[in-house]
Amino acid sequence: MKSRALMFLAAFAVWCLLSWPPTALQLAAGAAASLLAAAVMGRMFITRHHMLGHPMRILTFIFHYMPVFTWELIKANFDVAYRVLHPGLPINPGIVKLKTGLKSDMGLTFLANSITLTPGTLTVDVDKEQGILYIHWIYVRGRDIDSASRAIGGRFEPILRRIFEEVVP
Amino acid sequence: MTDTIGLVMIVAGLVFDVLGCLGLIRLPDVYNRLQASTKCVTLGTCSILIGTFFITGFTSTGFKALLAVFFLVLTSPVSAHAISRGAHKAGIKLWKGSTCDALEERNKEAQQ
Repeated sequence: MKSRALMFLAAFAVWCLLSWPPTALQLAAGAAASLLAAAVMGRMFITRHHMLGHPMRILTFIFHYMPVFTWELIKANFDVAYRVLHPGLPINPGIVKLKTGLKSDMGLTFLANSITLTPGTLTVDVDKEQGILYIHWIYVRGRDIDSASRAIGGRFEPILRRIFEEVVP
Repeated sequence: MTDTIGLVMIVAGLVFDVLGCLGLIRLPDVYNRLQASTKCVTLGTCSILIGTFFITGFTSTGFKALLAVFFLVLTSPVSAHAISRGAHKAGIKLWKGSTCDALEERNKEAQQ
C-alpha cells in the first residue's frame, strides 16, 4: 500500500512537471493516469521497505554519492577527451573481472551504472550469484581480480553498501 | 548572469558531444567506441539541458529539460551495458591489441 501511494505521488509529480503550468483539466487527467499506473504497477515500485525508515540512507545518497558521482563523470569526460585527441591513441583495452560484496539488486544496478560512467570503464556482464562484474577497461593497469576491484569499484562500493544493503557491516 | 552561465554550459556540452563523436570514429572496436560515446554524450547532453534550464528558468521548457537530465542519466549507462553485453554474446571479438578477456575465459570454462 505504501509503495502504491509513493508511486502515485511520483507519477503525479512527473506529470505536473511535464504539463507545466498546470490547469484543472490537466491535473484531473494526470491524477487519473497516475492512479491507473499505481494500481497496475504499484507493487513493484518499492520492494524493500527498510529504505523508507532510514533517512540517513537517503541523505547519504544525495550528499555523498551524488557529488562523488558527478566529479567522476566530469573526470571521465576529460579522460576520454585526452585519449581521443592524443595522436598516439593511448589505449590498452581488455575485459577484467571485479569482485563485489553487494548483494541487493538496486546496489548492483547502481554500482554497474556508476562504473560505466566513471573514467575508462564499462560494465559488460554481471554475475549476481558469485558477485562478479565483467568490466571493459580502456587502459588495463592490473589484470588480477584484487587490484582491479580496488582501482575500479573501490570508490563507490563503500558508499553504496551504506545506502542499499540491508545489514550494514 | 544566468544567461551567461547557461550559454557557457551549452558550449561546453557541445564540445564534449563533438569529442564523443570523434571518439566514435577514432577508437578501434565496439566496446571502446561505446566508452567514448556513453560518457561524453551523457555529460555533454546533460550540460546542454541544464544550460537550457538556466536560460529559460522555471518555465515548462526548463522543467522538461530537468526531467530529461534525470532520465538520461538513468538510461544511458543501462543501454550501453545492453549493447556491449549483446555484442559480446553475438561473438564480436575485442580489438586485436587488447590484453585480456575474462568473459571469454569464463565462457570457455562453462563449455568444457
